[in-house]
Amino acid sequence: MEFISPTEFAKEKIQAVQEFSLLAGRSISNLFRTPRYLADTIQQADLIGVGSLPIVAGAGFSIGAALALNSANTLQRFGSLSLLGQLVSLGMVRELGPVLTGLMVAGRNASGMASELGSMMVTEQIDAMRALGTDPLKKLVTPRLVSTVVMLFFLTILADLFGLLGGAAFSVLAFGINWHQYWSKAQQVLVFQDVLMGLTKPVLFGFIIAAVGCYYGMSARGGTQGVGRATTQSVVVSSLLIIVVDLFATRLLMTLFAYH
Amino acid sequence: MTAPPIAAPESIPDARRPPGPALVFENVSIAFEGRDVLDGISFQLPHGETKAIFGVAGSGKSTILKLALGLIKPDDGRIWVLGSEVTAMTEEDLFALRRRIGMVFQESALFDSLTVRENVAFRLLEEGDVTEEEVEEPVREVLSFVELEPTIDLFPSELSGGMRRRVAIARAIIAHPEVLLYDSPTGGLDPVTSTTIIELIVKQRDVSKTSALMVTHRLQDAFMMATHYFDIKTGALKELPPGQRGEVPMSFLILRDGKIIFDGDLRELANCADPYIREYIS
Repeated sequence: MEFISPTEFAKEKIQAVQEFSLLAGRSISNLFRTPRYLADTIQQADLIGVGSLPIVAGAGFSIGAALALNSANTLQRFGSLSLLGQLVSLGMVRELGPVLTGLMVAGRNASGMASELGSMMVTEQIDAMRALGTDPLKKLVTPRLVSTVVMLFFLTILADLFGLLGGAAFSVLAFGINWHQYWSKAQQVLVFQDVLMGLTKPVLFGFIIAAVGCYYGMSARGGTQGVGRATTQSVVVSSLLIIVVDLFATRLLMTLFAYH
Repeated sequence: MTAPPIAAPESIPDARRPPGPALVFENVSIAFEGRDVLDGISFQLPHGETKAIFGVAGSGKSTILKLALGLIKPDDGRIWVLGSEVTAMTEEDLFALRRRIGMVFQESALFDSLTVRENVAFRLLEEGDVTEEEVEEPVREVLSFVELEPTIDLFPSELSGGMRRRVAIARAIIAHPEVLLYDSPTGGLDPVTSTTIIELIVKQRDVSKTSALMVTHRLQDAFMMATHYFDIKTGALKELPPGQRGEVPMSFLILRDGKIIFDGDLRELANCADPYIREYIS
């Protein structure tokens, strides 16, 4: 294993942050420049949105059900089982729905973007695109960024819904809670700030997933091994960033929305 | 240098050509990981000429092409292509200039998820507000030029190495570029396929009068280009008579240790006394 000096290591990391910021900045500014690749954006939206639907629905249902099962155990001790709908609803909409969907889509799509763009990079297809007078950031990165942000927003809504359904199914079947009671409690507890917080996070997470996936893809070097490394790193970094950003976003949004 | 004994229309009328050479390198230097790959090189490519670049592996041949396209920036020096200073342009401005240049990459670099038709039509579809139906005719025309029309619906992975290289040439020339850059167009190909590719390059040089830089390891390819011309009447390569050999717009450039050690035409190369060059061409 090759050792590098701490100065070199720091330089490399700072350069990586700089390159990531430039890629993210230019991808956003490309939204206001022509040409706009609408067909590519729709194709990516289909791949990310429709393609991720089954896993997001399945994961949402399971986590909602598991949340209901775990919470029921505690609530039963205090004789407050009727609050189960409220607990699942708040947990799913404010926290688990966005984070879970973000992590699922990061695993599926950040890796997909990194491997696809990475393969194009190491086979000179990205250089060929630049040589043909096309900006790869406009053609490849911006459509992925837009479609991930938009589709993650809707996928999170679906994950929340399936989570609530999972919670409802187990509340009714395992604990005999009334179906209507569950849903009315789940609905009553939610305030506008909860929904706003739950739907602000997927916008941030969508940006993280696409920007990190594309960044690692566009920086892939060293053949198939380099593509493999880029793919792994994209999943690790985007997942970690989602969790860390979730913490800060929760704190910030709670302050902004005046939570008590 | 006199024109070859062919009569063909020029793709770019002289009036439209920017003044001066098609390409100029002035004291260009670049280093990778502390190693000087190009060390203050200067040369010019006149309009309509093809310049073959030689050198051992790692001598910076492909780097010259990438520098000319602005895909990478030199550490020092200036580069002009078609009158524009590439080294002073932003990436955004370079996209417009690159549309006037064609490049054939070493490994073809075809878009593997697109068909031959989509690969060849890529530039036309990107450049203007045209439909796929409107580009069908030029795509078929250029594929017929490289004799690959039947492969139009195939994917690059379904083609042989030589066919991929010809599709890459078709993709590079479809928009009638003013400068062509070939990166080892015959590298790794069998002699018969190599000759087919060289025929295409000579055809492009003599029919369209396109200025070109060609990186190659194969001296015999460059010699063939310097001793043959494309005869439009017969549609084939013809050898120049012994007295006229080298009288085509063709020159040679040899790199060694980051420096240019030779830049001249066939006659100058044949008469060169430098022992390294003598050994190189023997």
